[in-house]
Amino acid sequence: MSQEHFDALIEADERIEPDDWMPDDYRNTLVRQIAQHAHSEIIGMQPEGEWITRAPSLRRKAILTAKVQDEAGHGLYLYGAAESLGTPRAELLDRLHAKTQKYSSIFNYPTPEWADVGAIGWLVDGAAIMNQVPLCRCSYGPYGRAMVRICKEESFHQRQGYQIMLSLSEGTPEQQAMAQRALDRWWWPSVMMFGPPDGDSPNTGRSMAWGIKRFTNDELRQNFVDATVPQAELLGLTPPDDALVWNAERGHYDFGEPDWDEFARMVRGEGEIPDLRIGVRRAAHDDGDWVRAAAAAYADKQAARSAA
Amino acid sequence: MSTVFPQWEVFVRARRGLDHQHAGSVHAPDGETALRAARDLFTRRQEGVSLWVVPSTEIVASDPADVDALFGPAADKAYRFPTNYDLPPEVDHM
Amino acid sequence: MAADLLTHVLRQGDRALVLSHRLAQWITHAPTLEEDVALANISLDLLGQARHLFTYAGELEGEGHDEDHFAYWRDASEFRNPLLVEQPNGDFAVTIARQVFHDQAAVLYWESMTDSGDPTIAALAARARNETAFHLQHSAGWLIRLGDGTDESRRRAQAAVDAMWPFTSELLGADDEGALRADGLIGESIESTWQVAVADILLGAGLERPTSTEQCTGGLHGAHSEHLEPLLHEMQGLARAHPGATW
Repeated sequence: MSQEHFDALIEADERIEPDDWMPDDYRNTLVRQIAQHAHSEIIGMQPEGEWITRAPSLRRKAILTAKVQDEAGHGLYLYGAAESLGTPRAELLDRLHAKTQKYSSIFNYPTPEWADVGAIGWLVDGAAIMNQVPLCRCSYGPYGRAMVRICKEESFHQRQGYQIMLSLSEGTPEQQAMAQRALDRWWWPSVMMFGPPDGDSPNTGRSMAWGIKRFTNDELRQNFVDATVPQAELLGLTPPDDALVWNAERGHYDFGEPDWDEFARMVRGEGEIPDLRIGVRRAAHDDGDWVRAAAAAYADKQAARSAA
Repeated sequence: MSTVFPQWEVFVRARRGLDHQHAGSVHAPDGETALRAARDLFTRRQEGVSLWVVPSTEIVASDPADVDALFGPAADKAYRFPTNYDLPPEVDHM
Repeated sequence: MAADLLTHVLRQGDRALVLSHRLAQWITHAPTLEEDVALANISLDLLGQARHLFTYAGELEGEGHDEDHFAYWRDASEFRNPLLVEQPNGDFAVTIARQVFHDQAAVLYWESMTDSGDPTIAALAARARNETAFHLQHSAGWLIRLGDGTDESRRRAQAAVDAMWPFTSELLGADDEGALRADGLIGESIESTWQVAVADILLGAGLERPTSTEQCTGGLHGAHSEHLEPLLHEMQGLARAHPGATW
């Protein structure tokens, strides 16, 4: 009877809440997806976070600090949503550290220049927003509600990134060249953020039936390209895709084929950067152990004192 | 084995005049720390004037299996609603 | 030589900026995710205070300099922060001990400055006092938990208190600001109140108050430790690589 009730709720576009019966597959898929999202926020703090101490103006320093702080907060909202499905945060962190749960491979790219901070805000957050807005209507209540919170905070993330690119494109020749280099680095990874083509995406059908996914990878990817090309034009920058051209018949931009082999390599976590990113996380966790132990010990002592 | 902090449910009163609403959860070793964490996590954009934190284990929840017994019987008691009472137009503003 | 108001303002702005920078270095490395958020919050508040102070400094100086001029285009010898805030983060205990000593002084400073004869600083002081009161709750809360936690945390906390103690006298005011005091621009000495408040926190944490009277000074006059230059190099490098650029 529980499966029937669950199916009826999904059919009626109603929300599934933590104490509802749900199929194991639905639960496991959500834990994996929400955890991956949470891990991405936390790991995503690093490529931008390393520019806080080098930001070239106090205003940019403040904005970047606030953005990275938001990302920690988003990770926390999402870990909370994942925990409501029965997996403790500590276990999710263990899986991240052991690399048995993934994070978005977009964060395995380096940020060698300040302009990369702008490009990440403009393109990566832009792509993320496209993914995330539909998730606000995800069938699982806590995830949808976390996404509503996140989306409210996220739009400044994209705007500040675009504003950085705007300042650079209106700046010195060196700054303009810096902006173009960043676009060259981040264009294709952002386009590939929406995942493999629909034909190669086995989970899409089921996720859409369950109300976890609302649009296909290719639909989102097309929306992203259509929105972003005019933004690049306004900056006087050129996306690194010779096949990019407006198709009046379709009413969309045609674009080139991403390098899905590179995507697969990044997803597998090849190269030095994945180890670097996980290494920073593990070190923070391990180095902080004595601190957490102290806080827990104090809490126990206080409890004993009040009981006495 | 690494130390694990307990989870706390967070309730935020967004503005004077409103109820506290459930906002999410934090992990903290004790209530004081949980309050500070909740303040940082849920009120950065001036969304709060008052915070409550409660250990998640202290929440007593209704059993979903009882939803029919608990909430069903309210359904056929229309006499609890003002619309159930037709009055002459001169006094219908009651 | 008597310090003028500009020097006083720069001392506060530099204090806030350098400490903000030190805390930002903790982001993604903190012992919990909640602590990443907390330290970022304090860093942001301090950065905000620094920005207001530098903007005011620009007005006092009257040479058309903005906040970024003071942050990015002065060398180490021109910085006027107390030595405490440029000390490396060390472990979490060192960071917390440094923060407790700083926050207790800053709360008292901003409280007294709400009565300053200078309206700009008095207005800033009201907001800064509220921010700093929250920072002190956070840092004192942690020092107590570290001091009264495990044997290891107590050992580290005591070592941190001992290591940071020699840098505390500079937090309590400069020796050349008598004229500013006489003019009602800054308040009476916060030293004795600070000593009592800090002794209280240390007692609550089960930690010993250091008895050594040796103090390191010089930061308020531009004589800095070897730590400030590398810090400024990191902070200023990109901006200096593109003179005249806007970001």
